[in-house]
Amino acid sequence: MKDLIIKIENPVLDIKNLSISYNKGKYAVTNVNAGVKKNSVTAIMGPSGCGKSTLLRAINRMHELYPNIEVKGKIFLNNNDIFLMSSIEIRRKIGMVFQRPNPFPTMSIYDNVIAGYKLNGIRLKKNKKDEIVEKSLKDVVLWNEVKNSLKKKGTFLSGGQQQRLCIARALAFKPDVILLDEPTSALDPIATKKVEQLLIKLKENYTILLVTHNMSQAARMSDYSMFMYLGELVEYGKTKKLFINPVDKRTEEYLTGKFS
Amino acid sequence: MSEKITKIILFIASFIIVIISAGMVLSLMSGAAPAFKEFGFKFIISTEWNPTEGKEQYGALQFIAGTIITSIIAIIICLPLAFSTSLFIGEYFRGTKLAKIIGTMVDMLAGIPSIVYGLWGFYVLRPLIVDLGFNAQGFGIITAGIILAIMIIPYATSISTEIIKMVSNELKEAAYSLGATQKDVIMAVVIPEARSGIFTSYILAFGRAIGETMAVTMLIGNTNIIPKSIFDTGNTMASVIANQFGEADGLKLSSLIAIGLILFVITGLINGLGKIMIKQFN
Repeated sequence: MKDLIIKIENPVLDIKNLSISYNKGKYAVTNVNAGVKKNSVTAIMGPSGCGKSTLLRAINRMHELYPNIEVKGKIFLNNNDIFLMSSIEIRRKIGMVFQRPNPFPTMSIYDNVIAGYKLNGIRLKKNKKDEIVEKSLKDVVLWNEVKNSLKKKGTFLSGGQQQRLCIARALAFKPDVILLDEPTSALDPIATKKVEQLLIKLKENYTILLVTHNMSQAARMSDYSMFMYLGELVEYGKTKKLFINPVDKRTEEYLTGKFS
Repeated sequence: MSEKITKIILFIASFIIVIISAGMVLSLMSGAAPAFKEFGFKFIISTEWNPTEGKEQYGALQFIAGTIITSIIAIIICLPLAFSTSLFIGEYFRGTKLAKIIGTMVDMLAGIPSIVYGLWGFYVLRPLIVDLGFNAQGFGIITAGIILAIMIIPYATSISTEIIKMVSNELKEAAYSLGATQKDVIMAVVIPEARSGIFTSYILAFGRAIGETMAVTMLIGNTNIIPKSIFDTGNTMASVIANQFGEADGLKLSSLIAIGLILFVITGLINGLGKIMIKQFN
């Protein structure tokens, strides 16, 4: 057991005995224990249906939007039990980026970045808003591309730009953790590369947890990797070690392409 | 060979439909021609309705007015109810048993024949209007407007519900992931996204109210004047035709057909507009 799951000291996120079931008794995630290291990129990989997205979506409690999903176990963010906090607060501290870029089509680029504040009814002074928008767009290296068209609709941007806009939107609240659910699966290779480089840069200030279907992406950009299979966290360790020297047979078979 | 036959059958069937609609328009136009020839454009702006032989004088303005006023009353009553109900079924309680039950009931209401609404209006709504002291007999613009509202609510509700359900889950999740509450998501994502479609559903409902005949004829009081208040009696374009076509001939019949033509054009335009807007929404 000790060899399979790395122990993270002072984790920013700490998942304890987490199980998630759909429709009573059908488990999508079983008894996951894992800590996530601060200012790192941690990748969760595994074949389709292994529970990686389900696990990710429990971390900012998105599962609560749907009935019949039951979560057992605990998740701590900086030692605070997230299930004891309000879902609104937790989602501001743990941002999320989705598979397909989903800027709000009725909002301008500017409004998309501060959408979190608008949605929550938080009123800010104009110069404070400008500052947040500029900072967030600079963080995602989109500022130079859009600074002259901030009033245009976000949907005019290319797919890769839209996804970076969505990352900026998640950054605007200065979250502790950013969850990304296969963020490049709808992007072309060049846009994918830009997003990957961006995420590596963002770990200086944020902790990044990334679900990916793409092993080489995990190998390229993550510091730590989890391998999930059939709802179970099979192996978790430093990415280099996991890829070069996997302990579990299933991890090895997955990484060598015996199944996907 | 058999493919050719299929093609021919389909072609003929579609062609018949075209012939029927074209024929209807043509016969409406030729039937209405004498009235338009006699009264010209005045037909649309005059409120005269005098069938006395020798002094025959017909105008449609009071019926156009009656139609528009009853339909506006209907849409004003319909709007808040249909809007809230569609949000309830399509978003707030989406997928729950309660939403399904209410959705089924809305569909059921939409399927009730006009005459049944008319009868219900006559025996239940009309006495209520009398009791409330709005007018002595209970017939009138307001009674017709209320029954029209009840008739178009399910129609507007079911279209709006479908539109609201079409708002992409990805956008809603994006908003939730930023800490939005369900109310925030409805206000900032669902309504802005569905706005044009919801608006279209009211246009289509309005179009339906304009052409609705049976229940209105039973409740509006059938007087050929421009109503001065919503408690007055009146007539709509549809109700005057239903009321008077039986004993009409000559110029009067032609005038009724002319009203029919105007009604046809107005509803056609409104439905066309609605269809274009729905297309744009998709």
